[in-house]
Amino acid sequence: MAPLADDVSAYLARRARWSPLEVAFWIFAFATIWLFPGKHLILTETAILALFALSLDLILGYAGIISLGQAAFFGLAGYFAGLVAKYGIVNEPVIALVLAGWVAAALGFVTSFLVLRGSDLTRLMVTLGIALMLGELANRFSNITGGADGLQGVSIGPILGVFRFDMFGHTGYIYCLIVLFICFFIARRMVYSPFGLSLRSLKGNPLRASAIGIPVNRRLVEIYTVSAGCAGIAGALLTQTTAFCSLDVLSLERSADLLLVLIIGGTGYLYGGLIGAVIYKFLQDWLASLTPQYWQFWIGLVLVVIVLVGRERVEEWTAILRASISRLGARLVTRPATVGGAAPDGR
Amino acid sequence: MVRSYFLVAAAVALGLSAADTAFAQDTVKIGFILPMTGQQQSTGKQEAAAIKLYMAQHGDTVAGKKIELIIRDDAAVPDNTKRIAQELIVNDKVTFLAGFGVTPAALSVAPLSAESKTPEIVTAAGTSIITEKSLYIARTSFTLAQSTVPMADWAADNGIKKVVTMISDYAPGVDAEKSFTAEFKKKGGDVLESIRFPLANPDFAPFLQRAADQKPDAIFVFVPSGQGGTFVKQFVERGLDKAGIKIIGPGDVMDDDLITGMGDAVIGTVTAHLYSADHDSALNKAFVAAFKKANDGMRPNFMAVSGYDGMHLIYEALKKTGGKTDGDSLIEAIKGMAWESPRGPISIDAQTRDIIQNIYIRKVEKKNGELYNVEFATFPAVKDPVKAAEQK
Amino acid sequence: MLTILFDGIAYGMLLFVLACGLSITLGLMNFINLAHGSFAMAGGYCTVILVNRLGVPFALGLPIAFLITAALGGLFERTLYVHVYARNHLDQVLFTIGLVFMSVAAVDYVMGSSQQFVLIPEALQGQFIVFGVGMSKYRLLIILICGLLTVGLQLMIAKTRFGSRLRAAVDDQRVARGLGINVGAVFTLTFAFGSGLAGLGGALGAEILGLDPTFPLKFLIYFLIVVTVGGTSSITGPFLASILLGIADVAGKYYVPKLGAFVIYTIMILVLIWRPQGLFARSAAR
Repeated sequence: MAPLADDVSAYLARRARWSPLEVAFWIFAFATIWLFPGKHLILTETAILALFALSLDLILGYAGIISLGQAAFFGLAGYFAGLVAKYGIVNEPVIALVLAGWVAAALGFVTSFLVLRGSDLTRLMVTLGIALMLGELANRFSNITGGADGLQGVSIGPILGVFRFDMFGHTGYIYCLIVLFICFFIARRMVYSPFGLSLRSLKGNPLRASAIGIPVNRRLVEIYTVSAGCAGIAGALLTQTTAFCSLDVLSLERSADLLLVLIIGGTGYLYGGLIGAVIYKFLQDWLASLTPQYWQFWIGLVLVVIVLVGRERVEEWTAILRASISRLGARLVTRPATVGGAAPDGR
Repeated sequence: MVRSYFLVAAAVALGLSAADTAFAQDTVKIGFILPMTGQQQSTGKQEAAAIKLYMAQHGDTVAGKKIELIIRDDAAVPDNTKRIAQELIVNDKVTFLAGFGVTPAALSVAPLSAESKTPEIVTAAGTSIITEKSLYIARTSFTLAQSTVPMADWAADNGIKKVVTMISDYAPGVDAEKSFTAEFKKKGGDVLESIRFPLANPDFAPFLQRAADQKPDAIFVFVPSGQGGTFVKQFVERGLDKAGIKIIGPGDVMDDDLITGMGDAVIGTVTAHLYSADHDSALNKAFVAAFKKANDGMRPNFMAVSGYDGMHLIYEALKKTGGKTDGDSLIEAIKGMAWESPRGPISIDAQTRDIIQNIYIRKVEKKNGELYNVEFATFPAVKDPVKAAEQK
Repeated sequence: MLTILFDGIAYGMLLFVLACGLSITLGLMNFINLAHGSFAMAGGYCTVILVNRLGVPFALGLPIAFLITAALGGLFERTLYVHVYARNHLDQVLFTIGLVFMSVAAVDYVMGSSQQFVLIPEALQGQFIVFGVGMSKYRLLIILICGLLTVGLQLMIAKTRFGSRLRAAVDDQRVARGLGINVGAVFTLTFAFGSGLAGLGGALGAEILGLDPTFPLKFLIYFLIVVTVGGTSSITGPFLASILLGIADVAGKYYVPKLGAFVIYTIMILVLIWRPQGLFARSAAR
């Protein structure tokens, strides 16, 4: 059995290697700091949205859970980060960020048991219900959260005691980009690990997965918790970079927009959230300047068309293009000889 | 990935467009941030129409400078407002920031206004504390307390002794409840209960029933602009008007924009507010006629007149400074400015930079087949009561 | 107290008329149609145009709104929805959310963004006082119409041939097709009928719930709650669920106004924890 196990682990190791396209992507992402100094504000929002979308991709693309309630974790951590900064409990943003992530993950853990049961519709409803309830709670306790006015008087200390947040958003953007990269890196390690593979198998066929010994429910709880923590970090970033937090971090629109982002980018390969966020943000900005009142119509149309054309067909076309591009890339960058020839560029 | 290429192409295009072509120093840009989409979009629509009307009537050159108007949509989401404001200051180099459909939007931009010394002209939001958040904020709209306190005074002076307050549970509603209750109690009135219903409330029935059971003389109500009609209809539906209960409140519930569509059930409702399209002055009649002509017969409401006056403020400030565009000179010019607006005489308080205006008590009547708020009593030169109380 | 009960029942029945179409399409076609609220909105706006602008009497405006919305539903079903039936639930959710966005923006463009009010006839304004209990005339009308509709629906499903075809198709599509039942036609008719009901509900509800372009998004959660709690395998399930929710919501807001909005969400979450397939569904999970 040993040679087969070797083949398998070699194959897995190959898939986990960073492809040249990925490296180029991240180099370009960090280069935007210098390439577009005037656009840092919208780019910061894009980075936060990308991280948020990444969190949804973890449960939707890898575990098959449809959720309309990611905003619950986003908002909870956002308010947490704002409150600890406002009352001076934690003055250093990075510590606050990590704590906020843990708080969101805790909520994710507690609510994950509700998501285990029932059909797609049930999960949709439960996740939505939780987000709406949190929204109501935030409104009710407006003496703490500031209610509809939003959290006032939040001032964020300098990062690591050194880097102050400036009005132009430079520090904020670099901060967000670094956090995004770190979270992405961790997520990437996770999905290419045996843990990630078990997720994929249970998404495809939970019954069969449990038959070969994968603890389905435990996996779902774990990934849901991690995803919640990730969404929470995105929410805390938003509060920290804008020094403000209001009720719409918990709104239905935020969760719905997130689904849209992920669909544009594609699910199940981690970059979908990032690419979708960029396309969505700039599409929205462009459409909003063209038709300030009716851009929602065009976004809805885009959604309908994507579904009618069929996401699989779109992904097929892009897969063909991707394969030809990576073949081109492989020719440019020499690789060490691998067992069994070039690996197929799969997800 | 084809999507990567899309990204690169988009980025290059953006990079090119971001190159800021330097405009001649003779242009003054005004950045209006308004909710053109979302729940508050009627505010955005009214204000945008009024602003454009003012510019059409008064031209686009002031004190030798060309005026450029930029209108951006924030959907009343404060994160958007802040980001758009930053972009307007940093990229477009606006001289004025204006608009702000809801209080959180105005508040989120205050630190920016202070740090960059850009005058922030609030033409819609209505919470008292806004003007205190930066020395460069001036307001041409209203504060909620300006309407509710005179309402309480009028009610106490006109035989209303017991009131139940009913408000939507969000910041402006709570403000309205607090300021009304404080003044009404001071004048010897009794607030039997303070009922709050959720903002996204489909049905007023149970709350109305609860209020009616207390047998008050009047119900003080504050709901977001669109729900006023529904509230009054359900009020009449339960026969509460026949039981002798009056409805009072700030004029937000009897929005000029919507009032005719509400039906005859609302006739007789008494409200206190800064503006009625029916206001009897030559200036207002001309304003309403011009507004209707330019906007398919749409009637201007208090948001429109606030935006109109905001533009006037900006134009006059520039004239006064002789075209100087630094924040300090402009704010100095703005303090104490007084003029005749379509709503009546108004001025900007030199100390608080907030608006001082007449508040009118009006009743809904039918005129020429349409419903109007007809003014019958005036409280002249009302300052924002909250700040006035603090100053004493 | 009884007035509150009365109000709650009226509200619940309105919810039922609005939501039962959604329940039927979900149960029949296993299709999550989040755009259901858009049809309700369409019905409301039709009535506004007919009654307010064209002077059609209210009593006539309601059935016309029903027919127009039903026709719209049938049209959309044949042209758009039919392509998406075989897709997974995520695609359906996205598709229908896209339709919601489009409908909201389109209505805003055509009709403007302000609240719309239907001019209801004099005869329906005010209330009756029966044994000291105040009963609003309009709400009485709602209870009457919705009650008749429910009975009619139940009869149709139980006693007519179409009803039995519908039940067969719900139980097992393939076998039904094998028996020669034109399942496609059943789908179209049912979808059209469900949308028509939603339109009627929107028209009736404009007076109580308000009507503006954001209606589909605002009330989506309520429809979904009714369907989730009531289950999708019968008419009586959503009916009882709507009544329960209507009374709970209204009573909750009357007795404990501070917690008003929580009641409905809490009930939903509790029900979902206890019985994920709905309170009144058959135990066969769908």
